[in-house]
Amino acid sequence: MSTRRSTRVREAALGYALILPALMLVTVFILYPFFRNFSLFLYHAPPYPGLPSKWAGLSQMWQTVSSTSFLQGLEATLIYTVLVVPIGVFLGLVFAVAAHQKLKGMAIYRTVFATTAVSSVAVAAVVFGTFMNPVFGLLPWLGIDPNPSVLQNPTWAMFAMAVIGLWQFVGLSFILFSAGLQSLPEEVLEAAKIDGAGAVRSFFQITVPLLSPTIFYVFTVGTIAAMFTFGQMDLLVGPGGASFVRVNTLAYQIYQYAVTTPNPGVAACISIALFVLTATITFLNFRFLERRVNYAT
Amino acid sequence: MQPRDHALLARKQQRKRRLATLGSYAILTLGALIVLFPLYMAVVSSLLTTKQIGQQPPVFFPTNPQWHAYKAAFIGGHLSTYMWNSVIQTTEIVVGSVLTSLAAAYAFASFSFPFKRVLWAIILGTLLVPFEVTIVTNYKTVEQLHLLGSMWALTIPFMCSAVGIFLLRQAFLGIPQEMREAALLDGCGPIRYLFRVAVPLVRPQLAAFTVIAVLGAWNQYLWPLLLTSNDEAHRTLQIGLKALNAGTFEGYGTVLAGAVIASIPMLLLMVVFNKQLVRSLTGGAVK
Repeated sequence: MSTRRSTRVREAALGYALILPALMLVTVFILYPFFRNFSLFLYHAPPYPGLPSKWAGLSQMWQTVSSTSFLQGLEATLIYTVLVVPIGVFLGLVFAVAAHQKLKGMAIYRTVFATTAVSSVAVAAVVFGTFMNPVFGLLPWLGIDPNPSVLQNPTWAMFAMAVIGLWQFVGLSFILFSAGLQSLPEEVLEAAKIDGAGAVRSFFQITVPLLSPTIFYVFTVGTIAAMFTFGQMDLLVGPGGASFVRVNTLAYQIYQYAVTTPNPGVAACISIALFVLTATITFLNFRFLERRVNYAT
Repeated sequence: MQPRDHALLARKQQRKRRLATLGSYAILTLGALIVLFPLYMAVVSSLLTTKQIGQQPPVFFPTNPQWHAYKAAFIGGHLSTYMWNSVIQTTEIVVGSVLTSLAAAYAFASFSFPFKRVLWAIILGTLLVPFEVTIVTNYKTVEQLHLLGSMWALTIPFMCSAVGIFLLRQAFLGIPQEMREAALLDGCGPIRYLFRVAVPLVRPQLAAFTVIAVLGAWNQYLWPLLLTSNDEAHRTLQIGLKALNAGTFEGYGTVLAGAVIASIPMLLLMVVFNKQLVRSLTGGAVK
């Protein structure tokens, strides 16, 4: 009896020892900084480092989320998400369905689409940004010559950001849909073809409903990623750019309040607001989109 | 229906099918060309002569490839240093997160201990926290740990991965419990069992996680930007690209050469380990 008990204690001890490194890192670098936001947002940052922080209560949160810069950031974040996610989901789905056939050369197409998923935001932004250069880029050749240049143009800058994000997202969307298609029963898709259903009709009436869990998943993953985008905005526009306020997403504002103009209190307010907003959108996705998801297969 | 009708119908269907095949190829080819165009043009434009830059219409094929842009990027743009930093950063993150994930996944899969379910829920819960909302405090933390100005500041925060623990735990759960019991009865210690028996058995999942860990680490932008904007000695390749991106005539080829240099390792990784990459991106759902 006692040996059994001591084995159990020893097993538990070893178990704790094995999870300890992971648990410590998670606590220090994810949980602690996440929950710390909920105390930081209650204090004004001191005017000079070293002075004590001043209690602000909820007023700082209210001031932050009602400020012009926050509302512009919110607008930029939502516009970016709306521009990138639905089109990215649709294109990834169409390409994945087209590539899901036993035809020659499909492996090559699969590799090509996956290249965008492994490209970093820095690479994507730098490449597109260079080609969007008004003097030696590719736009004059395409007959597009906005003045000021696309990236500095308040009307067009966000579209440029979205094109870059879309290019990156299509690869991931394609990969996820290809995997989803592989898990579908082959007979159903085949039956649809033999049935003589046209390509477009069988796509919308058979493939889309069957894939609805994957569509929902890609949509959710894409939305969360889009809500936290700021890489191409930082690389190609930056705080000095003429179109800056139009592309200054909330994630980018967190970065600025962490580094450029350090203000932990405001950074915490924006972090909490963005987190709550994303969580709400994800929850609404689950609530309203998932209802239409068909898990029958 | 008459046999003739059948034949007619079959022929009609065949034609329809051929049309569908053609349509698929058309959609895919168009999509692939558009998707590939930026990277292709980046390679082409990085090889142009000074005269060819900005030509109208643009040069679509390097008739006279020049390598000076690569030389400029590597030497003038310090990309050789940054690349080495990226290699160290990626290696540290991957080795660290693979080890901590293996250990934790093994414990969650095969050991019983109090509060196991709560701890598992905590680990999974961290998947919901975007890194962006933790940067202010994390910067303070690495500062207080005196890690600023070292590679460790770039890597330690990422040495644990809930995704890795999740994928590997699933894999360990797939090993029959009897195998572990038999090995332990034979006098094999639990740690020896992990490295001698369990790890070889979960090699596919381990490979999948390693591939996605490499990809994530190499492509990181936010954290290295925050730490190395003013610290050239530890700057990674991705942040080095930002410094090159001056938008000047001289920088045109250099920045694209830098982008090509930064992409090649990941493109190779993707071509060689495509299966592992897909498996990890889909959370192990695809075998």
